[in-house]
Amino acid sequence: MATEFHNLQELRHSASLVNKVFVQRDYSEGTTCKFQTKFPSELESRVERTLFEETVKTLNNFYAEAEKIGAHSYLEACVACSTAYLIFLCMETRYEKVLKKIAKYIQEQNEKVYAPRGLLITDPIDRGMRVIEISIYEDRGSSGSSSASSSTSGSTAR
Amino acid sequence: MKSCEYQQIDPRTLSASNPSAQSCAGGQSSAKRSRRKWEVFPGKNRFYCDGRIILARQSGVLPLTLGLIVVTCGLFFAFDCPFLVEHLTVFIPVIGGVLFVFVVVSLLQTSLTDPGILPRATPDEAADVERQIDTTGTSSYRPPPRTREIVIREQVVKLKYCFTCKMFRPPRTSHCSLCDNCVERFDHHCPWVGNCVGRRNYRFFYSFIISLSFLISFIFGCVITHLTLRSQSGKGLVQSIQESPGRYPFSALDPPRRTVVELVICFFSIWSVMGLSGFHTYLVASNLTTNEDIKGAWSSKRGAADSVNPYSHNGVFTNCCVTLCGPMPPSLIDRRGSVPPDDPSAAAAGAPELELPPFMAKSDTRMSPKELLERVVRSSELCLLGRPTVPKTAALQQEDPAPRDPRCSSCSSSSSSSSSSSPSSPGCWEGRPPCPPPPTAAPCHPYGRGTRRGSLDSVNPAFRLALPSPALSHAPLVVVVGGAAGSAPVPPH
Repeated sequence: MATEFHNLQELRHSASLVNKVFVQRDYSEGTTCKFQTKFPSELESRVERTLFEETVKTLNNFYAEAEKIGAHSYLEACVACSTAYLIFLCMETRYEKVLKKIAKYIQEQNEKVYAPRGLLITDPIDRGMRVIEISIYEDRGSSGSSSASSSTSGSTAR
Repeated sequence: MKSCEYQQIDPRTLSASNPSAQSCAGGQSSAKRSRRKWEVFPGKNRFYCDGRIILARQSGVLPLTLGLIVVTCGLFFAFDCPFLVEHLTVFIPVIGGVLFVFVVVSLLQTSLTDPGILPRATPDEAADVERQIDTTGTSSYRPPPRTREIVIREQVVKLKYCFTCKMFRPPRTSHCSLCDNCVERFDHHCPWVGNCVGRRNYRFFYSFIISLSFLISFIFGCVITHLTLRSQSGKGLVQSIQESPGRYPFSALDPPRRTVVELVICFFSIWSVMGLSGFHTYLVASNLTTNEDIKGAWSSKRGAADSVNPYSHNGVFTNCCVTLCGPMPPSLIDRRGSVPPDDPSAAAAGAPELELPPFMAKSDTRMSPKELLERVVRSSELCLLGRPTVPKTAALQQEDPAPRDPRCSSCSSSSSSSSSSSPSSPGCWEGRPPCPPPPTAAPCHPYGRGTRRGSLDSVNPAFRLALPSPALSHAPLVVVVGGAAGSAPVPPH
C-alpha cells in the first residue's frame, strides 16, 4: 500500500500532469455501457496489463449489473409506474446504487494500484459515461530522465 | 516497474481538495459563491429550483397542452360528473380523477426531466478525438463530416461526429438543434411537452400519451352517455343538446349549440392522440425511435439486404420490457454539482497544465512538461495579441443567457440581447461584482467550428471532477487577460 500521501497543493508542486489516456466505449453489444479492454500503449511502461484489464472488466461487470433487465428492474418499473413515477423522487434507483459501488471501487483502485504508479482514473460518470479517463502524472523531481524515457517508450510503442 | 520514480498521489485529497484549496486562496475565493453546474450549462435549457427542474428553452405549446387538459377535465367534472353520478355510478369522477392525475404527472415528468443529455466533451477528450481522426486535406472551412464505423451485432453502424459537443455520438444519439444538446436514444423533440424525448423520459412520454388516450376516450364516452341519457329522458337529442350546458374547451359563455362543435373537437383529438399512441406502441414493440423510423435506418428499402435493427431483441414483449421497464438511467449532466473552483494559488505555482486546444491536438502530446508549458504560454501570447476569441468570449458570456438565475429580474427580460458593459451572467448574481477571470480561462481555445459556443465549451464545467483540473499554468495569463478584457472580464465557469 502506498505510504506517502501529499495534499493537492504539494502534488501540483511535485507532480505534473503529462498526458491523459481515454478508454473508449465498446459498442459491439449495443448501447449497453461497456468499455474497451484494449490496453493503451501509453500505459505500457506504467501499469501491468493484467491489472488494467482487471479494472476495466470489473467496471464492465458493474455496469452490466446496473443495466441488467430482470425481475428486479421489472418490479422497480411497475412500482414506479403505479405511483406515476413519483417514487423516483424519494427512492434511489438500482442504477444509482451501483454507481455508488463503482465510485467506491474506483477510489479503491486509485489508492491501491494507480496512484502509486502515478496514474489516476476518473469515474466515467464524470465524463458522461463516454470514456474512462486515465491521467498520467510525472514526478517533476525526476522529470529530466523519466520524461525522456517515457517519450522514448511512447515513440517506440507507436 | 518504475513505480519508485513517480510521486504517489493521494486520491482522497483530490476530492477533499476543492474546499481546502478554496480556503487556502483566502478572501478572494471566499467572496466567490460556488456555482452549480446548471448555471454554466452550455445547452439551451432552462433550470428551476436550483437545477432540480430542467426545461427546454423553447417550451413550445406546453402551456397550451396543460391548459387544454386542465380546462377539459375541469368542465367534465363540473358539468358531466354530477349528472352521471346521479344516473350511473359514483366511480365516474373517481376514474376520471385518477386518469387526470396520471396524465398531468406524466406530462410534467416528461417535460421537466433530463431526457438523456450527454455532456459535452472536455477539452482533453476533444483533443484526443482530434488526434485520432485522420483528416485529409486542409480546408479552412468546415471539414467533411467525420464518421466512425462500428459493428453492433454484425450490423455496421456509423457514428457521426458532433461539432458542437466535440465527440463522436454514441449509437442512437442525436443532436437536438432546438435544445443544442446531444440526447441519448433521441426520439424527437416534442413541442407539446416542450422537451426532447430521449432515453430517460421516453417511458414518461409513452405513459403520458397512453393515459391521455384513455382520458380523452373516457371523457368522450361520458359526454356521449350524458347526451344519450338526457335524450332518453323524453326530450329528444336535439333538445337535449340545446339544453345541456356547453362544455369544453371554450365554453365559459355556455352557449348550448357549441356542444356539437366541442364534441367534434374531442372526436378529432381522440384520433390524433390515439394515432400517436399506436405509432409509439409500434416503435416500442420493435425497439425503434421516431428518428430511426423516419430516416428508415433499418428499413430494407434502403438497399442493404440484411439491414436489421441490431438493438431489437426479436420479441415484442422483450422489446417492450427493455424500453419501458428497463432500469432508470442516471442523469449525466449533474446539474446540481458544484463547478470546480478555479484555484489562483495553484495557478501561481506556474506548473504546466495539459489543456490542449485542438490546434495543438495533432502534435505529439507526449512531450516534456517544459515543452508543454512553452506551448501553452505561446498560445496564450497569441490569444492576447488580438485574437478575436478574447473579447469574443467576454461578449459570448454576455450573450449567453442559458444559465439564468430566475431570482434575478435583470435576466428575466430578453434572452439574447447582450448587455453593454458588464457581463450578464455575473450581473445576475444579485449584483455581485464580476469575478476575476479564471486561471483556466477559455479565451485561448479557438474552437473555430462555426459554433459560437466553442470557447465556452473549452472548459466544460458540466462534469463532476474527482480530479479538479490543475489550473496551473495561467498565472501570467490571469493578470494579462484581466487587463485586456478591461471592464468585461470573463467570469469563471
